[in-house]
Amino acid sequence: MRVILFEFKEGMMIALRAIASNKIRAMLTMLGIFIGVTVVVTMSTAIKGIDNSFQQGISSLGSDVLYIDKWAWFSNVEWWKMRNRKNITMEEFEKFKNLAKLPVAVAPVINTVQTVKYQERRVENVFINGSNADYVKTTNFTFSEGRFYSEIESNGSRQVAVIGSEIAKKLFPNLSPLDKTIKIGGENFRVVGVLAEQGSFILGPWNPDNQIYVPIGTIFKNFASNRWRSITINVRAASPAMVEETKAEAEGIMRKVRGLSYDQENDFSINQQEGLQENYNSVVGVIQIAGLFITGLSLFVGAIGIMNIMFVSVKERTKEIGLRKAIGAKRRTILAQFLLESSVICLVGGLAGLIAAVILSMLINQFIPTSIQIGSVILGIGISLITGIVSGIAPAYTAAKMDPVEALRYE
Amino acid sequence: MNIINIEHIAKIYKVGLEEVHALRDVSLRIDKNEYVAIMGPSGSGKSTLMNMLGCLDTPTSGKYEFKGVSVSEMSDNELAIIRNREIGFVFQTFNLLARSDAVHNVELPLIYAGVPTAERRERAIQALIDVGLKDRLHHKPNELSGGQRQRVAIARALVTNPSIILADEPTGNLDSKTGEEIMALFHEIHEKGNTIILVTHEEYIAEHAARIVRLKDGLIEKDERVERRYIPKIKSTVAQ
Repeated sequence: MRVILFEFKEGMMIALRAIASNKIRAMLTMLGIFIGVTVVVTMSTAIKGIDNSFQQGISSLGSDVLYIDKWAWFSNVEWWKMRNRKNITMEEFEKFKNLAKLPVAVAPVINTVQTVKYQERRVENVFINGSNADYVKTTNFTFSEGRFYSEIESNGSRQVAVIGSEIAKKLFPNLSPLDKTIKIGGENFRVVGVLAEQGSFILGPWNPDNQIYVPIGTIFKNFASNRWRSITINVRAASPAMVEETKAEAEGIMRKVRGLSYDQENDFSINQQEGLQENYNSVVGVIQIAGLFITGLSLFVGAIGIMNIMFVSVKERTKEIGLRKAIGAKRRTILAQFLLESSVICLVGGLAGLIAAVILSMLINQFIPTSIQIGSVILGIGISLITGIVSGIAPAYTAAKMDPVEALRYE
Repeated sequence: MNIINIEHIAKIYKVGLEEVHALRDVSLRIDKNEYVAIMGPSGSGKSTLMNMLGCLDTPTSGKYEFKGVSVSEMSDNELAIIRNREIGFVFQTFNLLARSDAVHNVELPLIYAGVPTAERRERAIQALIDVGLKDRLHHKPNELSGGQRQRVAIARALVTNPSIILADEPTGNLDSKTGEEIMALFHEIHEKGNTIILVTHEEYIAEHAARIVRLKDGLIEKDERVERRYIPKIKSTVAQ
């Protein structure tokens, strides 16, 4: 053990001397690794950030919520078959609600897209979510101001609205939205609550931050065309563990409500976030792998640079290697010397790249979320060290197996 | 007591399809504190013999015992240990590390011997003082004259207290006066009880030795003890 430590220390000294004696070359080589590590680590923090944002986003939807819908989110049922399904109506919702025992909350949902105005300010294409007072129980919403609309307001189809944080920012940059009257599609609504930021940019318009919540009756009343559309029934299970059981119950009740006989297919779909997750993984996962692959290429180019330099370095120092062997350096000593040299170059370049990546991630965080984690740091150090060893091994081996007689004679 | 005992060694190189018999059948014994010159024209096999004696190469056939231990079948690592502990090399082209100062160059073999830092610096400095380079300790090779460079190389060869000093044309790159000084230094080293093997093709350099082995076509042509006709007139070291 002590011998190994001694050899490591001496090998390190020799490697450092070699690097110091050729600073510009070492710096240029480091640059290759620097760039490689910077892009790979930045990419991974961006991916992690987007992932986190997505997870946060879907958890704000509630992981234990089922969505009974005319349409399946992801399925292999042909769309024309689903188009021919009957709409889910408010009457069916009421029947469902009365029969369902397991859910903690059941809410009908219908969406419309409208322009929203407050005085001179306006936001186009806002998702307006119509539901009842129980809707909030199917989400994990938190409020920065006010409250969700009440059962009385909901049953009476009062013109009240709960607005998402982004909408609040856009319409009311400087004042509290509470009790202000906004225009949704030309109709007056009083703001009774503002959601705290739910933070999930990846959901886009489906992000609660960009939505407005109103009693479902107001949608039917003001935006009449929606009367003939199918609603979605949001069903929240008591716990994630109860999701399967709740789903089975919901399916049974819906079949009963629809009056389906045992040999008929479901003419509705029960959707889950899980499907969203799977879909996300299959699409974004591919993009992530492609991103890492492309950035990985730059690291690979850097590694080739190191290998090239190390081969040149070995060739250049053939005579020195010969001398070192003649006066007693063993194969492994020479091998260690060159491996340490390439590792030190990579590690220094990698650490600099890591610092650059952290700074870059912070800058990018202004536009899309990034997440710097200990894993990224380990990744950065790990890949630079592995690059150093992998790209150094062939040149170092060449040096180690040199015949001292030949090497000494080399000019 | 003999340090080197070679019996019937041969070395065959393959150059392309051709076999080159660098050494055919050489037997040689060298005792402690001998001063031997190995001579021969180029192609006589003297470089091959030197590589063999220096444990840089192993014979194709024959027996080589170094201080009673057979080295003919040693592995690369074992040979490296023998070279490190038992042999001090002095080369024609000095072979110093260009970017390192004299002390670091001299302590190099001690690094491979695993000597701790403080002790190794002390020994390196002492070796440099012994060869008269007291005030050149931290000069780099390009700041030293040819003679001084060869002195650094000699200090490097001596620092491990080896059993033999193996010098390959040590004056080949020096002018005759400086060469003379270096030979005087070898003379002193020999006087102190060291064993020296000198490889050269210059008659007047070989005359410093007490025994001359002449090689020709891979065979020993002549192995003679000579009356040392030459004793250096000038003092070798700059500072005693």
